[in-house]
Amino acid sequence: MPFWRDPAKRALVFQVAALLVVLLLGYYLFSNTQANLARQSIATGFGFLHQEASFEIGESIIPYSAADTYSRALLVGALNTVRVAFLGIIITTILGTLVGIARLSTNWLVSRLAGGFIETMQNIPVLLQLFFWYAIFYEAFPAPRQALHPLPGVFLCNRGLVFAVPQQHPAHVAMAWAFLAALVGGWLLHRWARRRQERTGQLFPAVRCALLLCLALPALVWALYGAPTAMNVPVLRGFNFSGGLTVSPEFAALLVGLVLYTSAFVAEIVRAGIQSVGQGQVEAAMAVGLRPGQVLHLVVLPQALRVIIPPLTSQMLNLTKNSSLAVAIGFPDFVAVASTTINQTGQAIEGVALIMAVFLFFSLSTSLFMNWYNKKKALVER
Amino acid sequence: MSEVNSSQEPEVLKPPAIQLGVLGWLRGNLFNTWYNSLLTLLFFAIFWKLVPPLVKWAFIDSRWYSSAEACRDIDGACWSIIPANIRFILFGFFPHDQQWRPLIAMLLLVAMVFYSKDRRHWTRLLLWIWPAALAVMGLLMHGGLFGLSVVETSQWSGLPLTLMLALFGMFAAYPLGVLLALGRRSRMPAIKSLCVVYIELIRGVPLISLLFMSSVMFPLFLPEGVTINKVLRAQVAIIMFTAAYIAEVVRGGLQAMPRGQYEAAESLGLNYKQTMRLIILPQALKIVIPPSVGILISAFKDTSLVVIIALYDVLKTTKVTLSNPKWAGYSTEAYLFLAVLYFVCCYAMSSYSRKLEKALHTGR
Repeated sequence: MPFWRDPAKRALVFQVAALLVVLLLGYYLFSNTQANLARQSIATGFGFLHQEASFEIGESIIPYSAADTYSRALLVGALNTVRVAFLGIIITTILGTLVGIARLSTNWLVSRLAGGFIETMQNIPVLLQLFFWYAIFYEAFPAPRQALHPLPGVFLCNRGLVFAVPQQHPAHVAMAWAFLAALVGGWLLHRWARRRQERTGQLFPAVRCALLLCLALPALVWALYGAPTAMNVPVLRGFNFSGGLTVSPEFAALLVGLVLYTSAFVAEIVRAGIQSVGQGQVEAAMAVGLRPGQVLHLVVLPQALRVIIPPLTSQMLNLTKNSSLAVAIGFPDFVAVASTTINQTGQAIEGVALIMAVFLFFSLSTSLFMNWYNKKKALVER
Repeated sequence: MSEVNSSQEPEVLKPPAIQLGVLGWLRGNLFNTWYNSLLTLLFFAIFWKLVPPLVKWAFIDSRWYSSAEACRDIDGACWSIIPANIRFILFGFFPHDQQWRPLIAMLLLVAMVFYSKDRRHWTRLLLWIWPAALAVMGLLMHGGLFGLSVVETSQWSGLPLTLMLALFGMFAAYPLGVLLALGRRSRMPAIKSLCVVYIELIRGVPLISLLFMSSVMFPLFLPEGVTINKVLRAQVAIIMFTAAYIAEVVRGGLQAMPRGQYEAAESLGLNYKQTMRLIILPQALKIVIPPSVGILISAFKDTSLVVIIALYDVLKTTKVTLSNPKWAGYSTEAYLFLAVLYFVCCYAMSSYSRKLEKALHTGR
């Protein structure tokens, strides 16, 4: 039998050929690149990471100055990306769920409004939305002197959103610890309640007690510290506000744009998930005498979440990837900093490789977490 | 039961007046429970507060056809920015006296889209008409034949560029995506892992990084003296990106094929190529038509990202218009116009895909 009639041998030849083509192509590109880099005398390798960056970054959550290294600048960018993605994911999940439930509301007006929101947001490119919100901040909002003042201590102007925060006090750190302790306590309580219910069948309002604990414990600590109420209120000084906390227009526009765009997709996912639970399930649950809250909590949500979580994961990843559009409105996220680095050092290959590596890391870690959560919620069959 | 009914005339009760007409509709749809009533009232209050100023801004205090100077002393919207710059926004730097060419190309495209919408026209012929139409569009844009002057791709801009990047991206990416999907389901480990790595790598990174790659990294890959123009490089990046997503959609279609189809084809003595071409792909690709339209929509929206590598698509020409000091400050109006433009295109596509899904969901 000639070898091209034998499927096993044919497959081997085919694979070797494919690998050879890929390797040859890779070698060809690599040798071209080597020659080009040598000719343009561009350095290679990641040595530039230790050089002085000598450019300023608009906002940063860690101390940074132009005298710091490129690696520090890139770290600032990565942290900014994480900040946007983290806040964005939380707000998107909440808003998307609300809109998804509103889409199913029996109230005609609410359902239609939610539908309109979803269609509008899904069908306009997210970059255009970012430009739009950024333009609103810059053109429609007044200068700090005539800042809008919707709530006491909150100012809205073309320098961003400025609002009052409590004056720093040791009580706040203690309150954070108390909150953490309450969370752990609540979780333990929930576990204990479930064990007891499995053993004896008796119900215990664990979730409500845990919520109460989360509120009461920090409040108690706050009262023990003498109930500090001093606020750091922003005041107009010269042409800008000082004091308080400022959210820059770039950050605000990026967050608003990403959240509105992604929450439209999340809303559709939530709606489909809830609709996937058959009406019979709800009716059966009501027939055994569960209250509406219990029906939602014990019957509908556990089944709906199974349908919702996988597509929700990919939307969260989309949000993280879309946060790279920050570069277009001047928010210093990782891509923006890496792009400046490329322009300054000329080391395009390393820069693009860094961008890809960082986003692959974000993508993989998000999907790992979501896969773990999905496995926890997945159907356990006997 | 029937005896009881036949003994007396059935009494026809009219529903109470409160369940009929406008009042009944309001009661049933807006005020059916106490919290729905509260929500309705809340939303009416918000409308009451928001709608009048918006209407005043957009329609009453606004200017539609005026010079930029006339817009300076009004409070409302200055829509004049659109008609005054429409040719630049739509066609960008395409030579002014040649702009009929992209216009005809776009009209041809619209005609093609309307022709292909009807499922009765889905024949083998259509598969030949589309490449021909795309070739004619390319010829109209580029010129060089039949006495048309050559217009370099660096001058292609505005809406034609947006449409071209999306359409050519989709058409070139589809065969590549199908190949990748087949490769991912292949039993040959080397082929399979190459395809998996490619798909997951591309899907894990943002489109921007690929566009950066095409604009700053790709020139380094080419031998000395060879250059490829910027539009083509961006097009390649979009094709590479779209292909990975198409591959996943097509894989879904392939997975939906029952094993019996493969086995039946094998028992008929068909080889792999025949099985795929005659049995599996025609069915699998039919299943994935609606999600493919979804990918076309995202490709269309994603082309706006080429702004970042300084290609002049319709978003960039709008930004250029806005950077003109004469028209600076009317971003809201210009962006709203663009939003409507994108919305109309994407909404038409997505509602068509929904209709198609219903029509194709005929069961087996």
